[in-house]
Amino acid sequence: MIDPIDLQLIIAIQSGLPIVARPYALIAEQLALTENEVIARLKQLKQQGFIKRLGVIVKHRRLGYQANAMVVFDMPDALVDVKGRQISQHDFINLCYLRPRQGEQWPYNLFCMIHGKSRARVMQQLTQLIHSCALQDYPYDILFSPRCFKQRGALYKSTQPSFINKAHG
Amino acid sequence: MDDIDRNIINTLQAGFPICPSPYQQVAETLNISEQELLVRLQTLLETGVLSRFGPLFHAEHMGGALTLAAVQAPEQDFDKMAAIINAFPEVAHNYARKHKLNMWFVLATETPAQIEQTLHKIEQQTGLHVYNMPKIHEYFVGLKLEA
Repeated sequence: MIDPIDLQLIIAIQSGLPIVARPYALIAEQLALTENEVIARLKQLKQQGFIKRLGVIVKHRRLGYQANAMVVFDMPDALVDVKGRQISQHDFINLCYLRPRQGEQWPYNLFCMIHGKSRARVMQQLTQLIHSCALQDYPYDILFSPRCFKQRGALYKSTQPSFINKAHG
Repeated sequence: MDDIDRNIINTLQAGFPICPSPYQQVAETLNISEQELLVRLQTLLETGVLSRFGPLFHAEHMGGALTLAAVQAPEQDFDKMAAIINAFPEVAHNYARKHKLNMWFVLATETPAQIEQTLHKIEQQTGLHVYNMPKIHEYFVGLKLEA
C-alpha cells in the first residue's frame, strides 16, 4: 500500500519537521534521497490523503482555551445526518461525529466539541447552537473537562513515532 | 507570547508549504525574517505552547485505527485508574469529564485489531467496563484554534 521509501519518510518526519532553513534537504540527507525527491513524495502523500496537513498542533489550554466541552445529543437516526451537518456549520464547533449509543448508560449518538476560553462563553454558544439548529426537543448533555491527563500525538510505528493528533478519533 | 507568536501559530495551524525554503516563504507572509521564525517556533515548542510541529496523518489511510472510549472510575480509585490507562502507549489523550462516565480517552493503534486487544487489556488491568465508541461518521474536523 505505502512504498518502502514513503514509509521511511513518514517515520523520519512523524515526530516533527526539522526547524532549519532547508528542512526537506536535511531529511533527504538522512534518507539518502534528494531534496526534490522528498518534496515530490511529500506532495504526493498529501495529495493521496495520507498526510492530512503539515503544520502545528497547539496545546489548547496553553492558548487560554480552558473550557473544553463535549456536547452530546440523543438524535433520532433519521435526523442525525442533517443535524450533524447543521451543527458543523458553526465556527465554534471543533469536531462533530456520529458514534454508537451504549444502552441506558449512554443514550447519545451525536458528539461535538466546543473549545472555549470560559465556561460562560461555551454555555452561550451551546444555547445559540440549540436555537439555530432547532435541537430543543432532543435530550443532550454537556461534559466539561476539569482535567487533562494526557495529550500527545499517537504512535504510527511502535519504534518512536507520532501519527495523528486530534481530539477525538 | 506576543502578537507575532500568535500570528505564527494561526498561520501554521492552516498549513506549511512543501518547497525548498518553506520557512522563508512563511516568514515573508508574516513580515518577519526567516531566522526570527525559526527561533520563535523553536521557543513555542520548547515552552509547550505547541505540542508538535509536523505532519498530521490520516490514521485510517495509514492502516491504523482510532476510537473514543470511556470508563466509570470510582472516585476513590480515580487517579490510580488514570495512571493505569495513561501507561498504555496506545492512549493518545485522556480527559476527566463530569458525568457518570468520568474518564474519556482516545486510542490510536497501528491496526484495527489492536483496538480490541488494547481495550481488553485495559478492562483486565482496571477491572472496569470500557465503553467503546468508534466513529460511525465524521461530519466535521476543524483543528484550528485562534491564538
